[in-house]
Amino acid sequence: MKRWRGARNALTLIAGLLLLWQLVYMMVGDIALPSPLATLRYTGVLVTSDTFGKHLFDTMRAFAIAFVLSVVIGLFVGFWLGFDKLSGDALEPMIVTVYAIPKLTLYPILLLAFGLGVSAKVAFGVIHGVIPIILFTLAAVRNTKPILLKTGHVLKLSRPQMVRWILFPAAVPEIFTGLRVGFSLTLIGSLLAAMFASQRGLGYLLMTGIGLHNIELVMSVTLLIVVFAATVSTILLQIDRRLHRQG
Amino acid sequence: MNAVIAYRVAVVAGAIALLEVLCLTGVIDKITMQAPHLIARDLFRLLASGQMNGAIVKTLTNTVIALVMALTIGVVAGALIHRWRGLRDTLDPLFATYYAVPVFAFYPFFIVVFGLGDLPQILIAFMLGVVAMIVNTLNGLDRVPTVLLKTARILRLSPVQTAMRLTLPAAAPYILTGVKLAVAYAFIGIIGSEFILSRGGIGYEISFAYTNFDNAVMYPLIVLILIASIAINSVLGRWERTLLTRRGMR
Repeated sequence: MKRWRGARNALTLIAGLLLLWQLVYMMVGDIALPSPLATLRYTGVLVTSDTFGKHLFDTMRAFAIAFVLSVVIGLFVGFWLGFDKLSGDALEPMIVTVYAIPKLTLYPILLLAFGLGVSAKVAFGVIHGVIPIILFTLAAVRNTKPILLKTGHVLKLSRPQMVRWILFPAAVPEIFTGLRVGFSLTLIGSLLAAMFASQRGLGYLLMTGIGLHNIELVMSVTLLIVVFAATVSTILLQIDRRLHRQG
Repeated sequence: MNAVIAYRVAVVAGAIALLEVLCLTGVIDKITMQAPHLIARDLFRLLASGQMNGAIVKTLTNTVIALVMALTIGVVAGALIHRWRGLRDTLDPLFATYYAVPVFAFYPFFIVVFGLGDLPQILIAFMLGVVAMIVNTLNGLDRVPTVLLKTARILRLSPVQTAMRLTLPAAAPYILTGVKLAVAYAFIGIIGSEFILSRGGIGYEISFAYTNFDNAVMYPLIVLILIASIAINSVLGRWERTLLTRRGMR
């Protein structure tokens, strides 16, 4: 019953947004904004074209590598800071602050350090995605119920065993939340990177769209990105909620 | 606590010293990065010469405009949505996935519609900030104690009076969390969009310096933005903590 209500809400929302789009289209006209239908038609043409696959592959590759790196580094640092109280207390506020700075301005440094290619995009995705994973893992490790840790001590578990059998299973729901947020931010990072100084990728496609004043291209790519991000994040959110309910 | 502060100072000082050594020994070459003391010197010169004043003023003005819009519209919209159950249920999926969608992807579209002026940048910053504001206002209003609402009913306050005198002040600490996020997002939105495509502002100056390999301008400006956003953020964070402590919530 509850799930149906959720689906109905989502459908109402999508219908509302499409309606809004159509209304704005009718107000500003063809030159400024293509209608939803025209955009969909163009998206069909775009997706089947040869070059699109190349751009999509480039963005997805940067994104995939960045996400794997974010997860590995994030979990490692998160567990370390969760264990080591002094380091955790000292570094956590600093990491929170880094989260709030406009990271786009750091991109030139990455470009100079890594060169104009996929590695700069990967690095940019990682600095976006790694922070929430660290913060959520850290909080999860810290908030593990003391009784679980005591049981571990009684059983004389070594530190790796402690992580494997007690901390990790207890922290899974929280860590998953971190992964979900990290996923979205890594995607945003890899897309943004391609919007500035790049020769390939979906972000580059967007910037070409502006340069050529090809609004249909701009709208289609925006639509694809939004639909992809919203769908994946909805699915992850559902899994996230289920994990938290079990825990 | 002192150990924590010493740790933090050691980390920052260590990082700067490491960069200094790497730059001076030539491990990091001059084209990639300048030594930190040179960056500090250039930053001082740049600010003293006043050539960046225009860009700084432009960026700050746009940020403040977007921020004020996000704050007022966010709180009002939050209060309205809170009263209207059906609308809230419908918008819930939007709020849950909003920050997963790259808002910057709309920037090209805004440029096409509104032209390459200040408006697209302000809109992006506003869009980034307003939802954090709405979500936190809703969150705060959810936690207003029922007894306050009953008091309002006994005193026969109108909905607007209730909001102004009771519910919004009671929700203030949560709203302040929203403000903190909105400030960060407004800053990110303005500088990010200036950086991607614009005709002025600090973000533009950085990207301009990058394309000209002008490290003597690029690095100081990046450091300036880092310092500014860290300073603003820690001031707001401290204020938030004071408010929470006063309410006995921490």
